[in-house]
Amino acid sequence: MEPILKGRGLVKRYGKVTALDNCDFDLYPGEILAVIGDNGAGKSSLIKAVSGAVVPDAGTVTLEGKEVHFASPIEAREAGIETVYQTLAMSPALSIADNMFMGRELRKPGFRGKWLRQLDRPAMEKFARDKLTELGLMTIQNINQAVETLSGGQRQGVAVARAAAFGSKVIILDEPTAALGVKESRKVLELIQDVKARGIPIILISHNMPHVFEVADRIHVHRLGKRLCVIDPKDYTMSDAVAFMTGAKEAPQAA
Amino acid sequence: MSQSDNYESVVSSAKSEVAKFDDDDKGLVGRFHHALHTTPALVPLIVLLAAVAIFGLVLGSKFFSPFALTLILQQVQIVGIVAAAQSLVILTAGIDLSVGAIAVISSVIMGQFTFRYGLPPTVAVICGLAVGTAIGALNGFLIARMKLPPFIVTLGMWQIVLAANFLYSANETIRSQDIAENAPLLQLLGAKFNIGGAVFTVGVVFLVVLVLVLAYVLKHTAWGRHVYAVGDDPEAAALSGVNVNMMLISVYALAGLICAFAGWALIGRIGSVSPTSGQLLNIESITAVVIGGISLFGGRGSIMGTFFGALIVGVFTLGLRLAGADAQWTFLLIGALIIAAVAVDQWIRKVAA
Repeated sequence: MEPILKGRGLVKRYGKVTALDNCDFDLYPGEILAVIGDNGAGKSSLIKAVSGAVVPDAGTVTLEGKEVHFASPIEAREAGIETVYQTLAMSPALSIADNMFMGRELRKPGFRGKWLRQLDRPAMEKFARDKLTELGLMTIQNINQAVETLSGGQRQGVAVARAAAFGSKVIILDEPTAALGVKESRKVLELIQDVKARGIPIILISHNMPHVFEVADRIHVHRLGKRLCVIDPKDYTMSDAVAFMTGAKEAPQAA
Repeated sequence: MSQSDNYESVVSSAKSEVAKFDDDDKGLVGRFHHALHTTPALVPLIVLLAAVAIFGLVLGSKFFSPFALTLILQQVQIVGIVAAAQSLVILTAGIDLSVGAIAVISSVIMGQFTFRYGLPPTVAVICGLAVGTAIGALNGFLIARMKLPPFIVTLGMWQIVLAANFLYSANETIRSQDIAENAPLLQLLGAKFNIGGAVFTVGVVFLVVLVLVLAYVLKHTAWGRHVYAVGDDPEAAALSGVNVNMMLISVYALAGLICAFAGWALIGRIGSVSPTSGQLLNIESITAVVIGGISLFGGRGSIMGTFFGALIVGVFTLGLRLAGADAQWTFLLIGALIIAAVAVDQWIRKVAA
C-alpha cells in the first residue's frame, strides 16, 4: 500500500542545532500513527515539516503520491492537512466561533454576503456548538465566550474540534490530551477513533503511553532527529517503547 | 483488566447537557464591570456624556446649544478621521506616526496638481488619495515583509513624507479665494449645511459614515475579525489560516487612504492648502484612540470608542475655552484622561470578575 503522506530525507537545522537528521516518515491511509520520542527528539519539527509550519532544509514531502512544497500552514490546510498545535493557535480575545472559522469564515447568502461581505454568525455559532457537543465539551456555556475565558483543557478541546471538523485528508494532533481532564481526554480518544472510522488517517504525538497504546495502529519511535523504528503496539509493551525511545534498548531492525 | 484500570469507563454514563449555573448577583459594581468587559466603548461614552452634562450645567445655553455642540463635531472632524485610521493600525498592535504627514502631503498634492499642472480637480483629488494609499502600503510592506517595528518605520516615514511635502510644495500656500474660484471640489468636505441651528459639514458627515462603516467591517466581516486576530497573536493567526502579511499591508494601506481623505477634509476646514498644517495630527489621533479605550497592545477595543475619544477631546477643548480657562488646562486634563483611560482599561481586563 502506498503511504498517503510520506517524508524522505527530511533535514532541518536551527543554526547549529539539528532538529531533523535525514528523517523518513510514512503515514498509510486510514491508520492512526503515533509518534513518540524524548523531549527534543525532533517530533514537533517533523510535524511542522509535513504540515507546512517550517520549510525543511532538505528532503521531500509527498501527499497522495504527489510531491508537495508547503510554504505555509495555510497551503497545507488547503491540501486537507489540519493540525492542532501544542500552542493551540487561537486568538484569545475572539470568540470560540470566530476561532473555529478563522481563515474560512462563512458568509451570509445573497446580497448581504456577496456585497456587504457579512458573516453568517448564526450558522457559524450553530456549527461550532454542534462540534463541541460531539466532543462532549458541555462545560462551555456560551459559544460567544472569548477563548481567553476558557480553561486550558476547554481551549484544547476547541482546537481539537476545529481540526476534526475541517480536516479532509490528514489530521495531526500534537499532544492533544496534555491539558485535558479525564472525561475530555476520553472524548478526544473516542473522537480520534471516529475520525479514523471516517477513513481519515491521524498522526498523534503524545507522551501518554496508555493513550498511544490504546489507539495507535503503528508507533513511530523518534530519536535524535530521525526515525529509529516503527513498532506494532500489539507486539511490544509500553516499557519496550520507552526503552527504544530513550536508547536503553536496541531497536528492532525491520518494522 | 482489573476494576481500577478501567477508571475512565464511567465517563460514558455522565450527564450530557450544557452546563448551567445560577447567575448570582455580583452587585452593582460587578454587573457594571461585566458590561464594560463586553462593551469596551462604554467607558468613553460615559465620560463623554458626563463631560457634556457638566459643561452644559456650568455654561448653560452658551455650550448646550445645537450650534456649539455641532461646532465640536466640526472641530474634531480631521482628528476623528485620522484617529479612525490610527485605530485600525493600533488594533493590529502597531502604531502609525506618519498619519498627519500623509494627510498633509495628500492635501498638498490635491492642491498643487490642480494649480501647478492644471489637472481637473477630480483627477487631482484621486491622485492625492492614491498617493496617501501608496505611502500607507509602503509602511505596511516594510512592517510585514521586512519585519521592521511599526514605530521605527512610521517614525522614519513621518520625517520623509514631511520633508518631501515641504520640498515639493516649496513651502507655498494656495490661497482660499483661488481654490473657491477655480477648484471648489477641493473644499467640498468643508461645505456647510444648516439643520435648525445645528451646522454640519460634509466632512462631519463623512466622519460619522466612516466610523459606522468601519464598525460594521470590523465586527461583521472576515477581514475585520482578522484585524483583531493579527493584533491579538500574529503567530496564532498565521497558524490558523490568516495571511498576516497581507492583512498588515492592507491595514496600513487603508489607513493611508483614510488619512488622504483627512487631507481633503483639511482643505475644506482651513480653506487653503497649507504644507504647514496638521502637524500634531499623529499625537492627537493616538490620544483619541487611547482615550477611546483601544489597547496599544492590539486586538482589543472598538472604533466607536475612538470616535467618543475624539469627541471627549473636542468637548473639553471647547468647554474650557467657553469657560474662559487658560488653554493649558485643556492639555492638563487631556493628559490626566489618557492615564485614567489606560488605568480603567487594566481594570476591565481582569477577566476574573
